[in-house]
Amino acid sequence: MSQTLSPIAPDLWTDEPSPRLIGGRLPSGRIVFPMPTGDAAIDVDVYPLSRTGKLWSWTRQDFKPKEPYTGPEAFEPYLLGYVELPNEVIVETRIVDAKLEDLKLGMAMEFVVAPFNDHQSTFAFRPETSS
Amino acid sequence: MRDVYIIGAGIHPFGRTDGRSGREQGVFAVRQAMADAGLGWDEVECAYGGSAAAGNADIMVNELGLTGLPFINVSNGCATGGSALASARNAIAAGEFDVALAVGFDKHPRGAFNAKPADWGLPDWYGETGMMLTTQFFALKIQRYMQLHGISRETLGRVAEKAFRNGEKTEHAWRRSQVDLETILNSPMVNDPLTKYMFCAPAEGAVALILASEKKVKELGADAVKIASVAVRTRPPGSFEVFSPCVDIGDGGKPTKLASDAAFNLAGIGPEDIDVAQLQDTESGAEIMHMAENGFCKDGEQEQWLREGRTEINGHLPVNTDGGCLACGEPIGASGLRQVYENTVQLRGRGGARQVPNNPKTAYSHVYGAPGLSGVAILER
Repeated sequence: MSQTLSPIAPDLWTDEPSPRLIGGRLPSGRIVFPMPTGDAAIDVDVYPLSRTGKLWSWTRQDFKPKEPYTGPEAFEPYLLGYVELPNEVIVETRIVDAKLEDLKLGMAMEFVVAPFNDHQSTFAFRPETSS
Repeated sequence: MRDVYIIGAGIHPFGRTDGRSGREQGVFAVRQAMADAGLGWDEVECAYGGSAAAGNADIMVNELGLTGLPFINVSNGCATGGSALASARNAIAAGEFDVALAVGFDKHPRGAFNAKPADWGLPDWYGETGMMLTTQFFALKIQRYMQLHGISRETLGRVAEKAFRNGEKTEHAWRRSQVDLETILNSPMVNDPLTKYMFCAPAEGAVALILASEKKVKELGADAVKIASVAVRTRPPGSFEVFSPCVDIGDGGKPTKLASDAAFNLAGIGPEDIDVAQLQDTESGAEIMHMAENGFCKDGEQEQWLREGRTEINGHLPVNTDGGCLACGEPIGASGLRQVYENTVQLRGRGGARQVPNNPKTAYSHVYGAPGLSGVAILER
């Protein structure tokens, strides 16, 4: 895919060779995603999240969502789910490089930045390829 | 606190009614409820009501009459009806009024709900990337539940099959013909594991309930049903709710459990004492999970319950006797009150073809909605 895709939103993941989602750690120790903004960010520490986790649940989106969805004009069903990042938090995410029938509860998943539409990228997880 | 009773119940048929606004459907339901209670608008002392997408309730006074009564607009999402009921009940229980109205109505465009992220305190990308759909949440919740508790796709289908079977017998239902299990299971997938026939659709409709004090019940000689308890609760820490970009690790609490426990405590009875229940069935999986969250069975037992027909109208615990959201559709502001309407019908023995046998004495209703709240009402005869 093209190198010119821009992130769907700023500060969702880190700018490093192996990017990570950016969460926040509250004074209570609770970790949340995404990092809160505005007044809600007061006293919250920026907390890059684990690149790997386990599949918590999943589904496939089989109809084209109404606005504010900004995916490709030609709709293709897509996978999404929740991935549990060990001792951190469970995040909702796109799932790529997999078919519905491949997905199993608890399977190992890894973070990846994936193309979203013809000009933007978004975050996703995929089944872990290397152990 | 004084006891409070339902003395009048009205409903505008659910589904699609072209040419009649949501509020007009509300007025229709109010007039029916007043006729049922045998009183006029000038005898209604206060009112609570609202809709999610069909405007303010209080301007109904233009059609119903300018009696000067206080009319509070309720805007509480899926709990609009439940909150209106709780408020109307409290106004009478506190002793300020003897007759109160609770009304909910709605009229939604066709197709799935599309929420605006900012309205829910969420960033735009969450909606733009196609992860902010209510249908996805329900699929994600039941998918995990099925894996953990051994619920089959066939059981999801049986819930919908029952809903349409009950809807066929219900005058106010939208879907009034049966659909067989094969058709349900093989209908187009919406969000795996949930197919088209396993989901309710946004719709239109209205419900009105007239509440009264015991004094008023005696004065009118009304056919009354007692409100044993009402409880509305928002989500506790760690719960998994609709529109959640993240969830805390570990099994958190559930708003349904909180509301259910509170309602049972207030009523002084338990799940085993309930004769008929209306449980939020936005889709098949929700009814299954809500059977356990409300304390009627253990996680996983639903597989056997559905196979044995234990939630049929003539079963051990009839659930969603009017076909629920699956057969009636979901006008958000009216949906919770529809459940209470149906329970009132059942306890009065007016259910006709869908009447639960052996004179049910206790009835339970449960509504769930975004962003993580539940309302429970228990009625007694």
